[in-house]
Amino acid sequence: MKSESLRDAYGKELVKLGSKDADIVVLDADLSSSTKTGYFANAFPDRFFNMGISEQSMVTTAAGLALSGKKPFVSTFAIFLTRTYEQIRQSVCYNNAPVRFVVTHGGITVGEDGATHQIVEDVGIMSGLPNMNVIVPSDSIETRSVIDYLANVDKPHYVRLSREKFPVINDEDYEFRIGKSITMKDGTDLTIIADGVMVSKSMEAAEQLKKQGISARVINMPSIKPIDRDAIIRSARETGHIVTAEEHSVYNGLGSRVAEVVSESYPVPVRRIGMRDTFGKSGKAWELFSYFHMDVKDIINEAMTCLEEKNYENIP
Amino acid sequence: METYQVDLSEIALRIRREIVRMVYSAQSGHPGGSLSIADILTVLYFKEMNIDPKNPTDPKRDRLILSKGHASPALYATLAIRGFFPISELSGFRKIDSHLEGHVSREIPGVEVSTGSLGQGLGVGVGMALAGRLDHLDYHIYVILGDGEMEEGNVWESLMAGYKYNLRNLTAILDRNGIQLDGYTRDIMPLHDIHSMVESFGWNVIEIDGHSFSEIESAIEKSKTSERPTFIIANTVKGKGVDFMENNPKYHGSPPESEELYRRAMRQLGEEL
Repeated sequence: MKSESLRDAYGKELVKLGSKDADIVVLDADLSSSTKTGYFANAFPDRFFNMGISEQSMVTTAAGLALSGKKPFVSTFAIFLTRTYEQIRQSVCYNNAPVRFVVTHGGITVGEDGATHQIVEDVGIMSGLPNMNVIVPSDSIETRSVIDYLANVDKPHYVRLSREKFPVINDEDYEFRIGKSITMKDGTDLTIIADGVMVSKSMEAAEQLKKQGISARVINMPSIKPIDRDAIIRSARETGHIVTAEEHSVYNGLGSRVAEVVSESYPVPVRRIGMRDTFGKSGKAWELFSYFHMDVKDIINEAMTCLEEKNYENIP
Repeated sequence: METYQVDLSEIALRIRREIVRMVYSAQSGHPGGSLSIADILTVLYFKEMNIDPKNPTDPKRDRLILSKGHASPALYATLAIRGFFPISELSGFRKIDSHLEGHVSREIPGVEVSTGSLGQGLGVGVGMALAGRLDHLDYHIYVILGDGEMEEGNVWESLMAGYKYNLRNLTAILDRNGIQLDGYTRDIMPLHDIHSMVESFGWNVIEIDGHSFSEIESAIEKSKTSERPTFIIANTVKGKGVDFMENNPKYHGSPPESEELYRRAMRQLGEEL
């Protein structure tokens, strides 16, 4: 399976959007060569603002641009945006200023830079903000479609991208829809709901489970807020047990949101894969998944545990 | 000219009366830092700014951001008297059935940006000034800051950005009243030499008496033609116009405690009771 960079897809799509829409402006905080907004800076220097290593200034300025009819895209590393939580809350979300935060280097796939740069709390932080939508794309194709969608939104959005290239898993004609999930693989025994890079890992797990005669449904849930409640409840009804997988803390991320939905509407056991109240660490990006028990084998283990529980429940 | 000056004084007095009435009726709010900016708002809204209450979203309008959003009574009173919404609505300030939020809210006609958490308004002003330049519109952005607010790092980041993009359409006005919630700014966190500090960030700095209509007007006129972004240090008196509130940190965030004090304040502000 080929892999592609999500941030590179973002940077190039942004240039395409910029050539069609003169209201698109881009702000970065001295990381444009890493976030790939540098492409836009080269193409449209008058509409690119490098705010320096001053994230609070960047976010409040973006709010002012958005409130004046511009369409600001704001990029830095995920970790550094969260230092401006309160500017995002007050100046962006409370004003309902349609600022598009597209951050890169989310999660543990930052790799060697280590714990200081591997944020695994951001999805939870952003999801708690009124007016904010939160999206975690799974590959480059989905990223491009999300960026196109952002051109004409009327409220704040947070999009989390990665440093590493991710396997390309979506079809070329894929079209992102806010609040909607994609069933990547149908199944009847259990459902795996994932976002980001964990979607491809879940598909791999489902292939291996199939060899053992287990039918796992795999759902790609890029829209964390609003979340696709219908798809979650349907899976709970149709397959029972759910496994969630995210490159994020199990607190306040995808797993928590799924558990909330089933608890309110159709309770089934939900087993969550993700970071368990811990910081990341230095290492090769792809080694870290095994280290933190978030790899394909761990998804398979959770799925097997689900089925054991299910069989136990079925004993007359 | 003389009669015009008298008009501004009457408007400023009326704004001050409404401020005291609002915080007394709500039994909460921030009178001190509202009274200190009443003269500045009077000159801006009744003399200098290009605004039209009948067309509050005109793309060519000038914009004001009250970064010290706790001084909401001053802005609400000014907007109501200027005709953006009925003066009768001021009585709803901070009450559950009203849109007049405790801190400045964008839901209110004439308000550009919701504020209340300090340090953010200048950055929003930078964004609006950049947008004006991109759109080739020559509107002007005014941002009113408190001097306690200068302790926020966000302000200094935005001063750097204002210099970098040479935002001549941006004017910051500092309400230099010397008092913040916990006491005098010189004790809490002194601004050693605010004039040279901001000047060294590349801004055009003008220092004035923030209660002199002619000095306020002249400084704003100069800022409109400046080759650099302008920072006006307006030396003011916190609680200006009410003797027991003047220079008293207690009235940063407290209404008059009694009917007697309320009446005394209103008499001093020209109300015939």
